[in-house]
Amino acid sequence: MTGLRLKPATIIGLLAVAALPLVVRYFLPASEKYYLHLLIQILLWSFIYTGWSLMGRFGLTSLGHGAFTGIGAYATVMLWNFAGITPWIGIPVAVALATVVGVLVGYPCFRFRIAGHYFALLTLALTEFVRLCIVGLRDFTGGSLGTQPRRYGDGISLYALQFEPDRMLAYYIAFGLWVLGLYVWLRVDGSMDRYALDAASQDEDAAASVGINVTRERLKITALSSAMCALGGAIFAQYQMYIGPDTIAGLGLSLNIVFAAIAGGIWVLLGPTVGAVFTQVLAETLRVVIQGSATLKGMFGSSALALDQLIYGLLLVLFIIYMPNGILGTTMAWWRRRAAARAATGRAGN
Amino acid sequence: MDCQLDIFFLEAVVNGLLLAGLLALLALGLNLIFGVIDVVWICYAELVMVGMYGINYAYKGGMPFLVAALFGIVLVAIAGALLHFLVIRPVLETPPINQLLVTGGVLFLLQAAATMAFGIEFKNLGIRLGSLNIIDMSFSWSRILAFLFALAGMLALWLFLSRTFIGTAIRAISQDRQIMPLMGVDSRKLYLVTSAIGGGLAGLAAALMVLQYDIYPQIGLQFGPLIFMICVLGGLGNMIGGFVAAFIISQFIAVGSSCFHTEWGYAVAFLFFMVAIFIRPQGLFGSRT
Amino acid sequence: MLELKGIDAGYAGFQALFGVSMRVDAGEAVAVIGSNGAGKTTLLRVVSGLLAPTAGTMTMQGTDLIATPPHKVIETGIAHVPESRRLFPRLSVEDNLRMGAFIPAARAKFHQRLEYVYALFPRLKERRTQLAGTMSGGEQQMCAIARALMSEPKLVLLDEPSMGLAPVIVSQVFDLVRRIRNDGYTVLIVEQNVRQVLKVVDRAYLLEVGRMKASGRAEELAASDEIRKAYMGL
Ligand SMILES: Nc1ncnc2c1ncn2[C@@H]1O[C@H](COP(=O)(O)OP(=O)(O)OP(=O)(O)O)[C@@H](O)[C@H]1O
Ligand SMILES: [Mg+2]
Repeated sequence: MTGLRLKPATIIGLLAVAALPLVVRYFLPASEKYYLHLLIQILLWSFIYTGWSLMGRFGLTSLGHGAFTGIGAYATVMLWNFAGITPWIGIPVAVALATVVGVLVGYPCFRFRIAGHYFALLTLALTEFVRLCIVGLRDFTGGSLGTQPRRYGDGISLYALQFEPDRMLAYYIAFGLWVLGLYVWLRVDGSMDRYALDAASQDEDAAASVGINVTRERLKITALSSAMCALGGAIFAQYQMYIGPDTIAGLGLSLNIVFAAIAGGIWVLLGPTVGAVFTQVLAETLRVVIQGSATLKGMFGSSALALDQLIYGLLLVLFIIYMPNGILGTTMAWWRRRAAARAATGRAGN
Repeated sequence: MDCQLDIFFLEAVVNGLLLAGLLALLALGLNLIFGVIDVVWICYAELVMVGMYGINYAYKGGMPFLVAALFGIVLVAIAGALLHFLVIRPVLETPPINQLLVTGGVLFLLQAAATMAFGIEFKNLGIRLGSLNIIDMSFSWSRILAFLFALAGMLALWLFLSRTFIGTAIRAISQDRQIMPLMGVDSRKLYLVTSAIGGGLAGLAAALMVLQYDIYPQIGLQFGPLIFMICVLGGLGNMIGGFVAAFIISQFIAVGSSCFHTEWGYAVAFLFFMVAIFIRPQGLFGSRT
Repeated sequence: MLELKGIDAGYAGFQALFGVSMRVDAGEAVAVIGSNGAGKTTLLRVVSGLLAPTAGTMTMQGTDLIATPPHKVIETGIAHVPESRRLFPRLSVEDNLRMGAFIPAARAKFHQRLEYVYALFPRLKERRTQLAGTMSGGEQQMCAIARALMSEPKLVLLDEPSMGLAPVIVSQVFDLVRRIRNDGYTVLIVEQNVRQVLKVVDRAYLLEVGRMKASGRAEELAASDEIRKAYMGL
């Protein structure tokens, strides 16, 4: 194993993100809770988006990750609420369950070389199946209204893995998860599997003919990716203290995951994080602006609430058409072109 | 649960058959578009929703139902052509993931636009056609008519595809895209025509559905995933496969719902789908290796 | 009828044709011969609009072909029988022929044209409902030529019609070519089977690595030592 060498810039970056809550506490003490909430959301979603991108960057476009986050969240909470099993056991069980589901769906697809639209629709069906199961088991899950993990004591407990009232603690848990996500990404990026998967995403037959076991490589990355999303979903449930079929599972969520990851850029380490920052800040801004604007309320009444979804959808369309490499990807390409142009003029000048 | 081979079971089977017509019609539209253009409209069910609202307002605005239905079909056909022209065409050469997502964005957009324009209340045309009673079974005429018209629509499409020059070109293009210009076919125009036809089929489905269901902005999520599942089960792009798959899936839904709860009907159908895909991931009638 | 002047063409980062000039007069049969990779297919692709040239001019009976969009080239009277036939394998023979008559002018005369090509190729009539992909190589070549004739073209481009066929069938295919030219079509044919094609055409051009190396009457070229050595294995 090569081991990851930490560059000074990386350490500074990590420290800066770690210090963010202190900045918030110092400069925005009045609305500390709100801003921390926003940051926590960004970090948690970054982790989930990073998990999706692990597959997505190799051409495995899954619309099934809403199923994995859903399984992670619901299995953990159900075990806690109805069997009293601590999330310390519940989460590994939920993650294992999601991984098994991911592998079961992935295996036939990869073995028969199913990709592209077909794979996306197949995984979409998985998402819908999980959502239907959640709604159908309404005696336990609360159906489409959702449910809450049973509160343990004052809501802060190591045993019950509950930490929602203490935003600082929640922040550092989310931060730890985010760093874990980046670490996994780097490990995958530096591994031999990555070359195998890259080769397979470009030309499956050629990859197979040089001895790459395409099915196994893809199953490995699928397992990893679904496990990460299940873990993210479970932690999300523990933080939000609420789970609903449309907030943590379902087609809408699957599309959101994919969009955010693409918007940030799935080819670069921090792309999904940028995607999370972008989508969360966008959603929050739209919500605040629209709810705070008397004009808009006057124009549209209660349906102004749908305006943010309208803008979101419109942006999604525009993004894909005009910026298919994502924010970070496009910026980096532009930067590289500029640097190259500068180098060229520099040489010409000499 | 009470699942017996009695008259209600038979009623469920027949109702499943009636539902299948509608689902087959929608699957056909999606398969047609996929077969020709090689894209999937994730927002297909939302186009149906647009059509339903269009028909609702046209009817309440005083048009006779048949005229309103025709209006709905034309409206969604235009919407389909616009969708292709504005959204699909710019991403035609990009990876499939972008094409999926871009129509996913349209899905959000249409839902939100419908919510803003029409509110979240359920809307209903208020047409009651009554039902056909045989022994102890009862079948609503709206379902029977929907079934018959869906079959008629599919038959019309089949005739169009097999008897006309444009229809032949639609069947040919997926077999060899590069040589289409040698035949004098402008692929861009053909895509546009296909999109309009796909939209028109969604419009027809909308006209048949307004008689049975309440209209609300999220209605697409009720049956959209179901259509995708049917298309995948039948083999994406395979029109006959989609037709057969619609009949299989709707039986699972109808019988499952009558034995358990409605969602369980759907869940059983999806479970069957998962198992079937595990065995034949290319779809029951797919021919991909 | 068809006239090319100084045509350059190629693929991303690779030039395949260099200043190619040639002409085909009405009623003529002209061949372009050359070895593998000489650019023969590329030349025909340029003529029928599948590939845009990067330089040069090209006209068909006075119409500027370079300004004509690819799907309109067929309306100027050019029908292209592509390399390795390229039928629609899962359409019936008759549907393939229908595709050949897609342009409005041909649609109106569809049944008349169908009768004409069925008379020319009775074999196709027998197999009209068979899927094109399931026919033998020779039958497929007939079908590909018939499909091109459906648009009532003036000029037929043939790209190696003898490719991949057994020797007996090859001579049948050349008989076919002779027949359609006797029916009044102008023919531009690309071939590697130099010996046989020179018996069918009036004139020929020799293309070598993207450049026109020689041209002349078919008998002259057939008699030339150089060509006999290089292309006819004598
Ligand atoms: N799509 C393509 N992309 C890049 N290069 C191409 C492409 N098609 C052909 N070429 C190149 O252009 C050159 C000419 O090819 P072309 O197919 O015209 O030859 P040809 O004379 O028809 O040969 P053959 O007798 O083998 O059919 C070749 O070197 C070939 O490699
Ligand atoms: Mg060639």
